[in-house]
Amino acid sequence: MAPLLELEDVEARYGAIKALHGVSLAVGEGEVVALLGANGAGKTTTLRAVSGTVRRSGRISLVGHSLERRSPEAVARAGIAHVPEGRGTFAELSVRENLRLGAWTRRGRLHGEEERVLAYFPALAERIRQPAGTLSGGEQQMLALARALMARPRLLMLDEPSLGLAPLVVASIFAILRHLNEEEGLAVLLVEQNATLALEAAATAYVLEVGHVALAGPADDLRADESVRRSYLGY
Amino acid sequence: MAQFWQQVVSGLASGGIYASLALALVIVYRSSGVINFAQGEMATFATFLAWTFLHHGISFWPAFALTLAVAFAGGVALERVVIRPVEGRPVLTVVILTIGLLILINGATQWIWGGAVRKFPSPFSTRPIHVGSAAFSIQDIGIVGVCLVAVALLTLFFRFTKLGLGLRAAAVNPEESRLVGVRVGWMLALGWGLSAALGAVSGMMVAPVVFLDPNMMQGILLYAFAAAVLGGLESPVGAVVGGLALGVLLNLLGTYFSTFGGEMRPTGLFGRTAVRRV
Repeated sequence: MAPLLELEDVEARYGAIKALHGVSLAVGEGEVVALLGANGAGKTTTLRAVSGTVRRSGRISLVGHSLERRSPEAVARAGIAHVPEGRGTFAELSVRENLRLGAWTRRGRLHGEEERVLAYFPALAERIRQPAGTLSGGEQQMLALARALMARPRLLMLDEPSLGLAPLVVASIFAILRHLNEEEGLAVLLVEQNATLALEAAATAYVLEVGHVALAGPADDLRADESVRRSYLGY
Repeated sequence: MAQFWQQVVSGLASGGIYASLALALVIVYRSSGVINFAQGEMATFATFLAWTFLHHGISFWPAFALTLAVAFAGGVALERVVIRPVEGRPVLTVVILTIGLLILINGATQWIWGGAVRKFPSPFSTRPIHVGSAAFSIQDIGIVGVCLVAVALLTLFFRFTKLGLGLRAAAVNPEESRLVGVRVGWMLALGWGLSAALGAVSGMMVAPVVFLDPNMMQGILLYAFAAAVLGGLESPVGAVVGGLALGVLLNLLGTYFSTFGGEMRPTGLFGRTAVRRV
């Protein structure tokens, strides 16, 4: 069976600077895959190459449909929800409007959809009419996640969901992610600085180094790997 | 006192016209980040189209609706064809382009319809209605009414429809909008279309008062700029309040002060008076 998302020899560049030198990876249906690596290794760029917010070449396909020439709008419509680093909510719009925008690509009535998503994030339900900019950092990350879920994506791409958040908030976000993956079969491509967290959440992991895949395998194997332990886990 | 209220109402009539044109400017500014200097000429062109429809025997309100539709389509087309290629360029490039459009559309209007001043029929009677000792013109009240209804409909559209939400999202955060699947380019075009239609409303409302000629909107555009800046260029509500306030203020100033500062201090408040030996 073909994987859900497949990248083959993907390159990406910012102007004259090449950021990815041929990255290949795959995310299976219902699988959580983590991307690890130092700052500047190309983790964020890999996600941006998939969503089309950076110039890219190579082969990118979602269940056999090629994405590499599609605009960000079209990639979203194909079923990929990208939550960028720094949350990226619409600060001026209310929480409810943010959620409605999440469902932009969906046709027809969204009856009960908001309730379904909010059930995961009770804190947001209390602030449904507030402008998103007035939420705390943790709440904004939850809103970004909730908004992505409103699209009922085939694949969720999360960039640094733990960045700048208190440990308790991070724990609850990862608990929700695990639940979504186990109960609803949501596939996730996760970029995370905190390698311990990422390897716990993921089944498979890729380690990026200066724009290419240095190491790949089941998360448990990587956790046991000497070099990964020393470079990313710190013991 | 009667005179005061009469002047307030007629000030609101011009204010409504400034407000709708100012709102048109604000919609484009919010989505594209530029002032559309051609907004007034686009409105004039649309009003001339309305005149042509009326001339061919279409009655006023159907001609009004038809003009709005054509103006909307024209606005969308202008964005797609003229503005789109310079999207993402420095603001100055786009501004100069809209100034070019101003000259081009003004020229086109003169070329098609000639430079003559024409009478434009009003849908409202100019008969006054009396309230106590004050007399209000039905036309003034009608103008305010039409402008405010147009503004209100647009507000409802922005607040309560999915497309309106998409437009606002594209204006505040285009990058993020793309990631949720909003086609930002089309949202910009839609904004231009709505602005053009709103401008056409102000054109058709002002033409019966100032008469129709190819330069009709140029002075009004200046007031609309002032109104938009007064209300805050980012704020649709501000544009409307600014427009109405400006209309009333100008009318009251004109009524109660026979000379403007310009006549007393022609070089400006702090200007240096030039003295020359003759």
